[in-house]
Amino acid sequence: MSVDLQTVKRVAHLARIAVSEEDAERMTGELNAILGFVEQLNEVDVSGVEPMTSVTPMEMKKRQDVVTDGSKATDIVANAPATDENFFLVPKVVE
Amino acid sequence: MSDLTHLTISQARAKLRGKEITAAEITEAYLSAIERANPVLNAYVTVTEDKARDMAKASDAKLAKGEGGALEGIPLGIKDLFGTEGVHTQACSHVLDGFRPRYESTVTTNLWADGAVMLGKLNMDEFAMGSSNETSYYGPVINPWRRSRLDTVVMPTTHQGDGGFVSAGGTRTARTLDNAQLVPGGSSGGSASAVSAFLCAGATATDTGGSIRQPAAFTGTVGIKPTYGRCSRWGIVAFASSLDQAGPIARDVRDAAILLKSMASVDPKDTTSVDRPVPDYEAAIGKPIKGMKVGIPKEYRVDGMPEDIEALWQKGIAWLKDAGAEIVDISLPHTKYALPAYYIVAPAEASSNLARYDGVRYGLRVPGKDIIDMYEKTRAAGFGREVKRRIMIGTYVLSAGYYDAYYLQAQKVRTLIKRDFENVFAAGVDVILTPATPSAAFGVADEDMASDPVKMYLNDIFTVTVNMAGLPGIAVPAGLDAKGLPLGLQLIGRPFDEETLFQTAHVIEQAAGTFQPEKWW
Repeated sequence: MSVDLQTVKRVAHLARIAVSEEDAERMTGELNAILGFVEQLNEVDVSGVEPMTSVTPMEMKKRQDVVTDGSKATDIVANAPATDENFFLVPKVVE
Repeated sequence: MSDLTHLTISQARAKLRGKEITAAEITEAYLSAIERANPVLNAYVTVTEDKARDMAKASDAKLAKGEGGALEGIPLGIKDLFGTEGVHTQACSHVLDGFRPRYESTVTTNLWADGAVMLGKLNMDEFAMGSSNETSYYGPVINPWRRSRLDTVVMPTTHQGDGGFVSAGGTRTARTLDNAQLVPGGSSGGSASAVSAFLCAGATATDTGGSIRQPAAFTGTVGIKPTYGRCSRWGIVAFASSLDQAGPIARDVRDAAILLKSMASVDPKDTTSVDRPVPDYEAAIGKPIKGMKVGIPKEYRVDGMPEDIEALWQKGIAWLKDAGAEIVDISLPHTKYALPAYYIVAPAEASSNLARYDGVRYGLRVPGKDIIDMYEKTRAAGFGREVKRRIMIGTYVLSAGYYDAYYLQAQKVRTLIKRDFENVFAAGVDVILTPATPSAAFGVADEDMASDPVKMYLNDIFTVTVNMAGLPGIAVPAGLDAKGLPLGLQLIGRPFDEETLFQTAHVIEQAAGTFQPEKWW
């Protein structure tokens, strides 16, 4: 499988990365080289093989459903580019 | 003072405990070495002098009372991927501009609890994506090793010294260093360069496809990627969560064992951290390997591999045989599919993990006409080319209609790769010996690598299988090539059997010796 310019632009939008016409053209070539490289996986017979979900066979750890952390709103917003009274500020999303 | 930087961790530990030296002295020695070398090598992206001095002072107070921890007063460098409270933590990306976490990663918390001193944050490939440390927003790291040429010069027999030696016939051989700058490998290039150039006693690193072992091999240092689940991933910037593991880069096998003992822990904050006590890895060093079964996988003999590497592999086999190990030929038939499967699984996980960098909660924000425009502009300006490439691949293989063909297929192949190893271990093999990399360190701005991303990816051909199967792997320096550059061998072990890796790597180290670059910086 290979990708064309339109697909690259669509994927870039899905990934929320702005691309120029020139970027998209360069990426088309690069992505096709990588997709060409991974194509060889199709030769592998995987019938009856389970997809891997965890490298170490282990039971999912669970913990008591109690509050162990919190009350640190100022820490959470400390690194944000724009805040107001412990809220993250973003451009208007609802008219 | 500068010779204090040449002590291994075990030597420095003994001198600190014996009060022959102080933590303040060794810390000052490293800080001045960094000040001189860093403008050339670019291994550190930030140096935390004040913090280092404060920590050293606290260590000296503890050592004076005989209360020092396992790493009391030992100065370390920390890869920029580890969250360090109040200190530069950007995964060497522009998108995390100015990020100073309000928390400390579990691995670094463990190190400080054992008394280690933080010298600063080390350069790396952006988000740990790269094999040459050239994708860093902070520029490439330079390898302290350079190529050299052996010259034979006829000398009057009275003249000796300056690095050469006098032979019986009155001729002198001398290595002439080439000026070309080489990469230290990646993604933990800053860690490897700093350890090799004596800019820290040891360093933390991380490995998703080979990012500890490949740079260790390129710089003549020892690097171990432990079993998945051995070190907590909490507080480490995520790249590919099912593959990422932290581990140390050190100057010898014993130092790597000392560091891993402190870094590893059982951590309730990471659900993939495994509930097993951390053994005393150092105790495994020096144990005989007589009767141990060492597997040699035929699939690791690849086309175009330099003769030097094949010869080194044979040497490694001979050393282990001489030490009483039994050598057996083995087959890991799905080896060639590990790298293509990795380039689906890792970008898929990365595209999901890196979705959080949106200009809202931390780091860079580029204003836009609406929120989507702000996201797109922020991410376009904040991520470098390699990171964008991987996010794009990941987004594509996970997008509707392609998931089964790519991601599901790759995860099935991954099961087969792991099964190959399980079969070999079930047949009684204790450890597997392979080369660590398909070449020695290459030049900065190598044109072949720059023009073809897949060529760069091939650097991880021998290391990536280990991540795909979640196994432990160690790279240990084993010799120099014809151009005087270090080459490494890799040992792969059973899950959570890091002890066998240290034990066997030490046998290789005893036979091969340790390697130091000639100082030019």
